[in-house]
Amino acid sequence: MELTLGPLAYHWTPERRADFYARIADEAPVSTVYLGEVICSKRAPFFEREIPRMIERLTRAGKRVVLSSLAEVMLKRERQATDGLMEIEEHEVEINNAAGLLARGGRAHRVGPFLNAYNEATIDWMAGQGATHVCLPAEMPRDAVAVAAQAAATLGVGVEVQVFGRAPLAVSARCYHARAHGRTKDNCKFICEDDPDGMPLSTGDGQPILRVNGIQTQSESYIELLQELSGMGALGITHARLMPQDVDMVAVAHVFDEVLGGRIDPDEGRARLSAICTGTSFSNGFWHGEAGYRHISRRADAA
Amino acid sequence: MTDISAPRPRAAFSALLPTAPLRALLQPVLQRVVRRIAARHPGMFARIAPYQQADFLIVASELPFALHLRPDPQAPLFRAVPRDPLPAHDARIEGPFMLLLSLVDGETDGDAAFFSRDLVISGNTEAVVSLRNALDDVEGSIAQDTADLFGPPGRMLLDALRQRSAP
Amino acid sequence: MNAPADFSQAGELVCPAGTPAALRTAVDAGADTVYCGFQDATNARNFPGLNFTLPELEASVAYAHARGAKVLLALNTYPPAGKFDLWRAAAANAARLQVDACIVADMGVARHIATEHPGLRLHLSVQAAASSPEAIRYYCQHFGVKRVVLPRILTIPEIRAIKQEIPCEIETFIFGNHGLMVEGRCSLTSWLTGESTNMDGVCSPAGKVTYEEDANGGLRSCLGGFTIDRFAPDETAGYPTICKGRYAAPHRPEGYYAFEEPVSLNLARLLPDLMGAGVHAFKIEGRQRSKSYVRKVVGAFRAAVDAVRAGATPDLADLVALTEGQKETQGAFQTKKWR
Repeated sequence: MELTLGPLAYHWTPERRADFYARIADEAPVSTVYLGEVICSKRAPFFEREIPRMIERLTRAGKRVVLSSLAEVMLKRERQATDGLMEIEEHEVEINNAAGLLARGGRAHRVGPFLNAYNEATIDWMAGQGATHVCLPAEMPRDAVAVAAQAAATLGVGVEVQVFGRAPLAVSARCYHARAHGRTKDNCKFICEDDPDGMPLSTGDGQPILRVNGIQTQSESYIELLQELSGMGALGITHARLMPQDVDMVAVAHVFDEVLGGRIDPDEGRARLSAICTGTSFSNGFWHGEAGYRHISRRADAA
Repeated sequence: MTDISAPRPRAAFSALLPTAPLRALLQPVLQRVVRRIAARHPGMFARIAPYQQADFLIVASELPFALHLRPDPQAPLFRAVPRDPLPAHDARIEGPFMLLLSLVDGETDGDAAFFSRDLVISGNTEAVVSLRNALDDVEGSIAQDTADLFGPPGRMLLDALRQRSAP
Repeated sequence: MNAPADFSQAGELVCPAGTPAALRTAVDAGADTVYCGFQDATNARNFPGLNFTLPELEASVAYAHARGAKVLLALNTYPPAGKFDLWRAAAANAARLQVDACIVADMGVARHIATEHPGLRLHLSVQAAASSPEAIRYYCQHFGVKRVVLPRILTIPEIRAIKQEIPCEIETFIFGNHGLMVEGRCSLTSWLTGESTNMDGVCSPAGKVTYEEDANGGLRSCLGGFTIDRFAPDETAGYPTICKGRYAAPHRPEGYYAFEEPVSLNLARLLPDLMGAGVHAFKIEGRQRSKSYVRKVVGAFRAAVDAVRAGATPDLADLVALTEGQKETQGAFQTKKWR
């Protein structure tokens, strides 16, 4: 099983993005890096300018680069951006909206987590239309993942699941960052740049619960599937995805790499991860078919 | 089995009168009503299958007693119980008498009554929703069925009540 | 199989039916079409005590057809791998009971019906989140979808533009609960409760909802143990859905509706514009609502659509009492500023 770095969900500054991907290129033990703006088409022009340089940097370091498409396609600029991306042949693309599927036709592509590949029938259909690799929705429980992964293996399709980072929980046409600041999406002034790890929301009881990232809603806690990692290969999962958060992602990737390689045990990995992600709690409820926010200790039910 | 509720404000007369004799008078009547509904609407019970043993309390704000419903198709239970304190229950539905009548009659939307805060529910929400949906699938009027059970006096009483509730 | 139903008349009123009694109420109140679901995870209103058994659906289809109304079956959830058979069986039953179309979201389900039940008409559910001409054309081209239910995120000029570029009918929501997140892409309920909107067909399931009254008559609504909102004694309430909850952010410590207030969609006043934009069918939300709601809302919109068709100004009954939070909105349809 290989580690991948999923697409950056946040609106980081150009300097920060450049530094981040340079370090990933040089130091992170991930085989594949997904690049591109998936959440907000208003942010995309900033990112796009830098992407050729990032691709060059990452491929020189031996990483495979996959370009990810927008999750929501409604406006003209979003339709054009999606169509344009689907014309690219020199790099693989990961499609996150059915509009991209139409433009891509039968040519090879990856299926992103926003395309809802929940079952064997859908994966079979997608494979017949050129899908070579599927990232499953984060909320799928282990039992369903196992069946989906077996079906995908038979079709020769790669299967990826998110093992680290905030859970992507919803997208909307409305920008909640803008709304929080009394603005509209068209007049947002990129206020989301102020929250490189999302804007926290707490319940009326002061309990942190969600994060706002523009039009996206994410979980407060990070998904963390270190304990589950060793069993994933046997299920037919080929890739484990780390989502970029505002923490030392190179260190995060090393922890996952070492647990995957059996050089440290999951408990030690988790202790290290806690030290890297100070102040953030971990969740694995989705994997265990429970409320996503929960963290289930698997000593008892590891089988 | 869960929520023991705090007493709620109610009509002044109930504080002055002992309600036990009144409840005793009502028991056979209520029991007849629920048996009749059970006999006429067997399909209703399938919709509340998981909650046939649940204890529902229906509290009309103006009445000096509460109604206890257990929708068990084999042994349906419907009886008047004291309000102070309310007996243990799984779910409680509370509102003005005319609103509750109108809900049972299918004339008012339960969600709308909840949004407006006229209807208060507590305890097991799923049980309440199941009961609401089961009642809503009953064709015709349960209130009318009940009134019919008591012949002309029953129908006169229901008509009078409905007129009171009309805007 | 009977002749395919006639969906040709524009201004079709598509009405919710959570129970057989509600279905009959909707048909009697003037619904052109009713939509409903089975008592399982194959539809997105998998609520306790709601929906249809096979015999109930059979009798309901007969009732509707005898009165010239059509019946749509919602098969609009996403089967998790390993459980596809439940959706397969539902599709076979839909074909056998001669429902007039299935409303689908999952590509695997759409392909299954297109191949195995080619006579069964397909509508694309709002849960498929097809919000561009390209996405809609994908489903038309591959699965023969005849109608798309548009996400509630588009303005009327945008709907008009989409209509020019797609080969199928458009259905839009005109009244009812107004979800804020892109449908079919929301795992908020799953995160707090372990029951999934996409896979299990629930949104804020009643079994995980509690209401608590405080000593002052305030009301606290909770989901999975998390406080979603607190209503003052005279404040109107809403469903305890996460996207209608009140939260605090670092610069909004007082708490605010981070996503949306408890409001309902009501597009009664926009009916003529929607028809002008090429909307073919109008959908009323509310399979979880009562017969009383169905009778009032369907009756009001029947009269309004008939008036618009006759070129008259509709007399709009006041439906605000039936709306969540007892507040109405025209949502995204009126202005881009909603976004």
